[in-house]
Parts: sequence; C-alpha cells; structure tokens
Amino acid sequence: MADEIVMDVSSDADIVTARQKGRELAGRVGFSVTDLTLIATAISELARNIVLYAKHGAIAVSLAEHGYRRGIVIVARDEGPGIPNVSQALQDGYSTSGGLGLGLRGTRRLMDEFDIVSEVGKGTTVTVKKWLR
Amino acid sequence: MAVPILKQGNYLIASIQAALTDADLFELRNALVTQVGRFRSRGVVVDVTALDVMDSFAVRTLRDIAQMTRLRGAETVIVGIQPEVAFAMVQLGLTLEEVATALDLEEGLAYLVERSKRTGPEIGSHGG
Repeated sequence: MADEIVMDVSSDADIVTARQKGRELAGRVGFSVTDLTLIATAISELARNIVLYAKHGAIAVSLAEHGYRRGIVIVARDEGPGIPNVSQALQDGYSTSGGLGLGLRGTRRLMDEFDIVSEVGKGTTVTVKKWLR
Repeated sequence: MAVPILKQGNYLIASIQAALTDADLFELRNALVTQVGRFRSRGVVVDVTALDVMDSFAVRTLRDIAQMTRLRGAETVIVGIQPEVAFAMVQLGLTLEEVATALDLEEGLAYLVERSKRTGPEIGSHGG
C-alpha cells in the first residue's frame, strides 16, 4: 500500500469508501482505535461536505512526518462554489445545507490541525492533520 | 445494503450489519416508519453495534427515526454505540437528545418492555 491514497468523491458510496480507506492507511501509523475513529469520522464529514456543496472533488490521505512526530494528513479538495465567509462557516450553529452545521466546525474539533482555503467560484481546500500521541 | 428488520412481538429490531451509505440510512428510516404501522409495533430497537463511524448525517437520521416512529406511536431505542464512536460523537458535538439509548439489544428490549408497563397497553393503540 502506498503512503498516499487519493480518492474521487462524488456520491454517498464514495463517502463510505473514503473513510474506510483512510482509516486503513491511518492504521499503519499506529493510531489507537479511538484516534482511528476520530480520523474516519473527520474524513466522512469532509467527504460529505464535498458531495453536498461541490458535487464532486477528491480526498487525499497521506502519512506525515515532522521531526520525530508521525501522523496523517487529509486534504479535501473541490472546485465547487467556495465559501464566501469562512469564519462564519466555522461558527457555532451555522449551516446553509439544513444540516446540523457541524461539518467544518466538528471536523476541526476531531483533528489536531485544521486549515481551510476557499475562494468563491473557484473551490475549497481543507487540510487537516492528526499526530500520533 | 439493506438493513434486516425483524419483528419480535410488539417490537421491531433493525440490526445494522455493515457500514451504511446515506441512501441506506434513508431506506432504513422509511422502512421503519412504514413497518411500525404495518405491524402495529409499540417499539423499535436499532442496533448500531456494527457501525465503526457515526457521523453527523448518521446521527441526524437516527434522531429522525426516533422522532418519526414516536409520531406513529412507537418508541425507538438505539443500542450498541461503541465506546470509540461515543467519544467521536461527543468531540464532534453530536448528541442524541430525547432519544433513548441502551447498552445492547437485551437492555434495549428490557427498556421497551418496562416502558410499556409504565404507560399501559391502551395508550397509543389508536395509531398505526
């Protein structure tokens, strides 16, 4: 198995596949079952955001190293409508999809590092990381 | 993948066997809401032991199932939430407020039996 997997995401079946494959790769880093569950849940939320807002996109999961630290990086990228106000999208209770509004905000809580770049009309890229404790 | 729904007396038991897509979850919701009427069920147990991930969509659908079946006169209990899944749900900010939960199938059925004794058999029997 390669150190990086890239998965197309355009249907609800892809959401399940993405979180299962991502979990498999993260398992090789040596994460606990609890952390693997957090990682798989984060991938699920990111993949659902893609399907919901952009219709299609991709999720890349790769092994990360920073000095002695090892972990996992997940990049969710789409060329969808973009988010006009990123800070508002990360606020409590904010949702445009009629969902629980937990997608981005919740994902940030599940992971150690969270970064988002979004441009209206161009798309959104969310990068999250989790480090081995 | 369809979730098998078993009828046991006044109760329905939906036993999730593998990871579910959003479409599968919708199908389960619709099947339970329909079958509660067909079988005049008083309670529903949804066993999620096999789920290693419950994201915001799954939790919202389970909450919807509980609320919809309640409107049809049946109480729903969610059983078998794994410890890691419970941890992830809390981290994510997801709750199952006003939805009954129990450790496993046995506890879930015991809860429904106890509840029907409390509320009495005549209440809710007009529905269906």
